Amino acid sequence: MLTKRIIPCLDIKDGQTVKGINFLSLKAVGDPVELAAAYSAQGADELVFLDISATLEGRKAFTDLVERIALRINIPFTVGGGISTADDAAVLLKAGADKVSVNSGAVKNPALISEMASRFGSQCVVVAIDAKKVGREWRVTTHGGSRFSDKELFSWAKQAEQSGAGEILFTSMDHDGTCNGYACEEYRRLSSILGIPVIASGGAGNAEHIAEVLSDDGGCADAALAASIFHYGEVRIPDLKRMLAERNIPVRP
Amino acid sequence: MTAIIDYDTGNIRSVENALKRLGAEYVLSSDKSVLDSCERLILPGVGEAAWAMSKLRDRGLDGFVRSCTKPVFGICLGMQLLCSWSEEGDTECLGIFPNRVRNFRGTIPEDRGLKIPQVGWNDIRFLEPELFAGVPEGSYMYFVHSYFAEINEYTASVTEYGIPFSSSLRKGNFMGCQFHPEKSGDDGEKILSNFLKMKL
Repeated sequence: MLTKRIIPCLDIKDGQTVKGINFLSLKAVGDPVELAAAYSAQGADELVFLDISATLEGRKAFTDLVERIALRINIPFTVGGGISTADDAAVLLKAGADKVSVNSGAVKNPALISEMASRFGSQCVVVAIDAKKVGREWRVTTHGGSRFSDKELFSWAKQAEQSGAGEILFTSMDHDGTCNGYACEEYRRLSSILGIPVIASGGAGNAEHIAEVLSDDGGCADAALAASIFHYGEVRIPDLKRMLAERNIPVRP
Repeated sequence: MTAIIDYDTGNIRSVENALKRLGAEYVLSSDKSVLDSCERLILPGVGEAAWAMSKLRDRGLDGFVRSCTKPVFGICLGMQLLCSWSEEGDTECLGIFPNRVRNFRGTIPEDRGLKIPQVGWNDIRFLEPELFAGVPEGSYMYFVHSYFAEINEYTASVTEYGIPFSSSLRKGNFMGCQFHPEKSGDDGEKILSNFLKMKL
């Protein structure tokens, strides 16, 4: 049976992990490759690395890092952050990334999704969407939630799918960082209108929240992404998977 | 020495990285004399079936692979190309395995809410003993695909996604898997290392 995926996400700046990380006994490990290997050994199903460097040197360091990660780990990983052209994506895929996520770049230029899909295949195109609720509507934001676009979450997700996105990664900016749980209702709706996998991100504070967003009577998401609860050791992946299995949520042990 | 057949398809890098992790000597080539000098061949593949078959034909590699007597391992689309026909682009394939390659869409029940492509980790069962030596029954492998190989007498492992399908195939020196062993953790690497021990 196809399992639900657990995906730790690491923010990278100038080739190093950004946040102070207290992972297992490793305190504040800076090297993302070691962290990636440790997560993989713990049973992470996939990894996401987001480049938040603002400089060319930072981007170069990130590309070098992608090469080192690809050589070392034997599970799939996605990279993203600042991708605005298909050539940007090509560099990272050539370095060994399995998938590339596009966010603001696709909002600005929706044709980027179809261009990437036809050049590399839909399987490596993840469209990341950040959105905030304004009144009754979920408005898509760009630049880390700092700017509103003219797009609405559900229609944009559908458009992305039709343009060739392989997966949708939705982050609720209203839930992100709160540790109060995911935007389950929205994931449920996304999952019902889309025929491609939906990855939930933003709001995980404990294992219970992950169970809720993945369960059939909750968010129905295909995968759950989280950062700090894994990095700070609040939730250990083996414990999480045991708990999910007890709830009859299919997971890879 | 192992050869990765280079026919301008994707996913070669990840196969190369896995061989490096396993310490295997390999070459990447589309040159028949180079391929001929190797002990075994890997046919990788990510992309579209009709396009990939035309790339193989352009290089004159279709007949070469078909008549090969050394161990040949197709991965993902590479395995599908070893089958008789693919629904993707109505493509005549190499015909090593007698089965067809079908689209999940239109084949699996629509009311189950199964997404297409299948993306993620699924289990493999009824494992063929040599290629899967040391790999536990029910191990999880990483899949990304919309098309699947039908069950037939050469099915070497079974996976279920709305319907049971051949997640791997084996007929003498020819074998292949639908999932990505190079992205399937330690169990996936074990499959690759089993293949790397095979010789004519």
